[in-house]
This record gives sequence, C-alpha cells and structure tokens, in this order.
Amino acid sequence: MSDFLHAFWASYVTWATLGGIAACALLLWVTARKKVPLRDDNTTGHVWDEDLREANNPLPLWWVGLFVLTIVFGLGYLALYPGLGSSQGRLGWSAAAQYGDEQAKAGEALSAVYAAYSDMPVEKIAGNAQAHAIGERIFMNNCAQCHASDARGSKGFPNLADTDWLHGGTPEAIVQTITKGRVGVMPPMAAAVGTPDDVRNLAQYVLSLSGRSTDSVRAGLGRSKFTACAACHGIGGVGNTALGAPRLNDDVWLHGFGEEAIVNIINNGKHNVMPAQEGRLTEAQIKVVAAYVWGLSNKPAP
Amino acid sequence: MADASTGKARRRIPIVPEPGPEQQVRLYAATRKIYPRTIAGYFNNWRWAMVWATQLFFYGMPWLEWGGRQALLFDLASRRFYILGLVLYPQDLIYLSGLLVVSALSLFLFTAVAGRLWCGYACPQTVYSEIFLWVERHVEGERSARIRLDGGALSLEKLVKKWFKHIVWLAMALWTGFTFVGYFTPIRELALAFLQTRMGGWEIFWVLFYGLATYGNAGFMREQVCKYMCPYARFQGAMFDRDTLIVSYDPARGEPRGPLDKGRPAALARARGDCIDCSLCVQVCPTGIDIRKGQQYECIGCGLCVDACNQVMDKVARPRGLIRYSTENGLAQGWDRARMLRRVLRPRVLVYGVVLLALGLGLAASLVVRMPLKVDVVRDRAALARIVAGGRLENVYRLQLMNATEKEQVLRVQAHGLAGLLVAADEPYAVGPAEARWVAVRLQLPAEQAPPGSHPVYFDVGNADGSLHVSEKSIFLVPR
Repeated sequence: MSDFLHAFWASYVTWATLGGIAACALLLWVTARKKVPLRDDNTTGHVWDEDLREANNPLPLWWVGLFVLTIVFGLGYLALYPGLGSSQGRLGWSAAAQYGDEQAKAGEALSAVYAAYSDMPVEKIAGNAQAHAIGERIFMNNCAQCHASDARGSKGFPNLADTDWLHGGTPEAIVQTITKGRVGVMPPMAAAVGTPDDVRNLAQYVLSLSGRSTDSVRAGLGRSKFTACAACHGIGGVGNTALGAPRLNDDVWLHGFGEEAIVNIINNGKHNVMPAQEGRLTEAQIKVVAAYVWGLSNKPAP
Repeated sequence: MADASTGKARRRIPIVPEPGPEQQVRLYAATRKIYPRTIAGYFNNWRWAMVWATQLFFYGMPWLEWGGRQALLFDLASRRFYILGLVLYPQDLIYLSGLLVVSALSLFLFTAVAGRLWCGYACPQTVYSEIFLWVERHVEGERSARIRLDGGALSLEKLVKKWFKHIVWLAMALWTGFTFVGYFTPIRELALAFLQTRMGGWEIFWVLFYGLATYGNAGFMREQVCKYMCPYARFQGAMFDRDTLIVSYDPARGEPRGPLDKGRPAALARARGDCIDCSLCVQVCPTGIDIRKGQQYECIGCGLCVDACNQVMDKVARPRGLIRYSTENGLAQGWDRARMLRRVLRPRVLVYGVVLLALGLGLAASLVVRMPLKVDVVRDRAALARIVAGGRLENVYRLQLMNATEKEQVLRVQAHGLAGLLVAADEPYAVGPAEARWVAVRLQLPAEQAPPGSHPVYFDVGNADGSLHVSEKSIFLVPR
C-alpha cells in the first residue's frame, strides 16, 4: 500500500529525490572542471568585505571520490529499498515484513522455552525459577497496569497476592480468568433496601461483618436488610465465587473502605471488567503467568 | 655532464617556476604522497617515549587482572564499567562527563602553553602513523629509497617489499582491533574464542572495523586526517596567542638563506644567514610543510624539524636553535628563553590551570567518597494508593537496588518522613555482586494519619554493618 494520499506526491518525491542527486552530481562535475586564478600570495584574488581574501586551500581529490561514493550509494539504496515515492525497491523490504520476520524468529526461539512447561502442571511451574522470571515479565507487561507491579492491586482492581478470590483461586480458575476475562456486576440496590437511612444501616452491618463497624446500633438495624444482598453474597457475606460476588466478611476493601464507600456501591451498583487475554497472550504464556499469580499466594508443588 | 665537460660557467636550473599572476588552478588537488625522512634527536626521543607509554598502556592494560577479573573492562552488554576497584553503572555518567571536561581543559591548557603537543606526540593518529612508518622504513628503506621504489617499474623486489609491508601492517592493525575489542569483551576469553575459531559475529566485525580503520588511517591517510578531517586540529588554533610556544623558524637569523660554500670569502659568508637551505626540515616533516614559511595550519608541532636543523647547525658549526620552540612575541622582540618562559604563567594559562586542578580534585574526591550503592525509587505506575486491612493506606514503590561492590550485599529498606509510616513485609534483600535488583516495597500509613495530598517520604537503604547507606526521596500519596 502506498503511503501517499495522491499519486502526485509519489512522483513529486521521486523527482525531487532524483533531481537532488542529479544536482549534486552536476555541482560536483562543474566544480571539478572549474579553474580559478592563483596569485603569488596563494590567494585566488577574490576579495569580499574589503579585505577578506580567499586562500587557495584545495580539497584533496579523494574527497571528491567520497562525494561520488555517496551518490553511487544513494542510487544503489534507492534501487534496492523503498525511497522513490511509492517504489518498493528491488529487495521488496518493508519495516512491517521485517518486524513480522523478527517476531516469527523470536516466537520460534520462545516456543522451545515454553515447550518445557506444556506438560507441567501449574502447581509445578510455579516452583520453577525460570518460569517464575518469565511469568513476572509477562505480568509486568500485561497485568501490572491494573493489578500493580506487586500484584496487590488498587482500588477497583483485585489483590492477586492474597487468598481472597472473586472467581476462584484454583489454577484452572485463574487460567480461565486470564483467558476469557471476567465481568463482575452488582446492580444498584437502593430501591430493594429501602430508605437512605436503611442503606446507611446496611453499610454499618457490612462493616460489622469484618469487625469494622463504627455504630453497632445501626449495624444491628441493618442486619435484616442484608437478605437482599445474601442472594449473591451469601448469608453472613461469605461470597460466591461462581457469581464473582465478593466475600464481605473479610478485611478486604476492593472498592473502598468506610460507610460512605459502601453506601455508594449499594446505591449505584458496580460493573467491573477484567478483559480477556486470549489472542494477546498465547496459551503457553497464559499458563506461565497463571502459575506466577497462583504462586503468589500458594506454596508450589515440589 | 655535458656542462662539466665543456667547462662553462655553472648554470642554474630553476626547480620551481615563478608563479605568474594569471596562473590557473583547480578547486581539487591531487594528494602528494609524503615520504618523511627519519631523524634522531631530542624531540624524536620524546615522540618515541610517548609511543611506548601510550601503546604499552593500550596493548597491555586489557591483560591485567584485578581481583579475579579484567582490571579494565567496559561491559556494555550488562552495562557495567569495571575500572580497577570501581564498578560503574550507567548512572555514573557524571564521571565520564567529568573525565571529558578534564580532557578538554587539558587540551586547552597544553595548547595555550606549547601549541599542538597532543597532535605532535600523543594523538593515536600520530602514534600509529609513526609505528607504521617505522615498519615502512625497515621494509622499504629510507626516504630516498622509498621514493625510488615507488617511482620505479614493477619488479619482483618491489612486489615482495610491498606485500611484506602490507602483511606486517595488517597484522599490527588486526592486533590493534583485537585489543580494542578486548576492552569490551574479556580479552582472555576473546583470545580463547579466536584460537577455537568461535568468535562472535559482532566481535569479528569490530576487530575488522577498528583494525582496518587503523590500517587505513596510519598506513594511507596519515597527515590527511589531520589536515582535512580532524576538528581538534582546527579549533586548537583558537587557543594560540602570541605567547604560545610553537615550532618556529627564526628568519632574522636564517635569512638570506643559501647553500654553504666553503670557498666563499669570509666577508660574503657573513652576509648570508645561517640557513643553508638543505631542506632537511622539509624532508623530515610528517605533514610535508616548510616551517620556514612561518606558522601553518598543517603543522602538528612534532618538533622533528627542530631535531633536523639542530643536527645540521652542529655540522656547520653554527649555534643550535635556528628552528626552535619559540613564541611570536619572543621571535619579534628577540626575547631569550627565560623571558618567554616567564610569559607562560599568563592569565589565560592560570585560569585553565586552576579550573583544571579544581575539576580534577573534585572528580578524584567524588570517586573516593562515592557510595558503592545506588537506589532508584519509582512509584508504581498503576496503583496510586490502595486501602488494605483496617483501612490503612498503602503506596507501592519499585526500588532498584544497585550493588556497586563486588560482594553480595544484604540490604534492608526502611522509610521515614511521616508519623506512623512503616514498611510492609520488612525483609532483607540479597543483591549479588555488581548486580542490580528490582524489588517491590509497600509503605503503609494508618487511616486519617495525614491529610489528602502528596507527602515527601524517604527510603533509607543500607546493609547491616552500615558501610552502605543511601537515602532516596519519594512521595506518599493520600487520596481524597
């Protein structure tokens, strides 16, 4: 595909390039034939600005050879590589093709590395030092943007180094999460809970599940409202990994700590997405990075 | 012979035609090959002393060992420079800058005092040209023999001599290239790889590149490099003044020049200057100039013409120093040596000297007190701040711990700057010799401890015995 919007520009570039080279050659030819007078004080007799005289310090001939060489090189380059407008050059080289070649070569070299892990269970890969280093690099390049470089996440992005799993922490579940991605949806629940006061009571109850309530009276009043939540979060807020409903009775605060943050979630709901890595990472890469993540909170198999 | 046999008066044959005012020349000139004649003498000894000093260092240094490794190794692949006991990281670029500034100032100083000393004695271009010329002289003979050989028809002798010279040159050039690469790849391993014919592609490339550049520059280009390519040669002119010691011909003493004629009456002889027009000063000049025409941009200040002229003056029983190191002021006003040397300590030289001394001392001092541990603190790019158990705030940092010692170091990370600040999972980090390691460090702050915003905090990294300790600033973010 040509990079030019209009064929005019391709020929414009072609002629400007060739014309420039021709002009250089012409200049060289003219200066090589040109003779200047030489005075006995070794100046050419040319005087500028009253007293600036041009000394005769001729350039050596081999320097002319270098000029000729650049012209020959330039023409050769233009013949072999793209440069003249939309010409592809005799070699048919392109940056994209070279990138593709290098990718293919790197892929080939890498497939040998990954082959060692194809039959190894994730639990065992997690204990392999080389796989750990590869997994860490994949994590840094693909996961750390959200989950942070120490995999402990940030507000809205789960901590992967603890034992609290939204969608299950088995190797299979982790591979599934990375491959297909996950969507976590909590609908706005304000209407189902009741008045704004009820919502605040409920928030205090949720805090009390991890012993962080600041108002035990309100927490007690909120208890009955939790039935609306228990459908997904389970009785007592134990969570449900099949739905991706978080545990509420641990001291983990993915979407914010305190009454205000919880009220906000109950009122507005939450739609949280982990994008699928399928297609961006190969199956082998996903397995290695899954082993890295699993190994953050588990002891690898010997 | 015809003239001699007919016994006519001696006829003068003009060698150079008088340039008429309307002579026409081209803008490009064919290069005239220069055949420098060998000369022995004081300045030539200095030149050879510099050849030995610089080349013993260059060829010998990579073979020296220091504590089990090469004493001087620029390991580009792993980005470590090993200089005797020092391990330099790319972050130590300031020392390279310092070295370059010191080198530049030295050039200024030397040039202001005595002209192009660097060019004449120490520059690799000069040094290798000298070595290659030495080979040329021993294979092809002295100046006149070389001119004859080049001018003569192709013969077996010429072929053998030329081939032999080029083979010796190429061998020396390749050895130079090999040594050069040996500064970047451990030279003993490189030698072994060469013997087992398993040198890497890039190593072969650089040996050939540097080797062939040496071959071309020292064998063929020689003074052309100084005349047409070297920028230092050009801007050194800006550091000259009227009190700079330069190689100069004393026209007051030498002119009018003329051949020595023993039969000439004494009265006439006195009317002549000391220059006997033997042209030896021109023959020995490595850039092929005639110093008697005065200061010229081609002159590299090597002093060989001084040696040549002194020898001749000794032979004709005249005082030495017709060509000598002198200053423009000294020549014009007939100052003696002591008077010129007193002028060396002029403001320009003093300023160069003081700045050079201060910088050199500063550089040396900073190397002596240099802490062989570096820490780079990078805040995590993803998580600004997070909330962990109990609503405590946590910031994540990535610390690069750079061990610039050649022992394994066990480092501990602490932090200060905010009340209640603590390092989560405070653990020691082992960093291998001359290795750098990235570690993730979490700082935690109890809830409500600091107002929203960014707060300066400091990481204190050190080893157990306190010989290594570095404090690095960063910020702790408290979200709204």
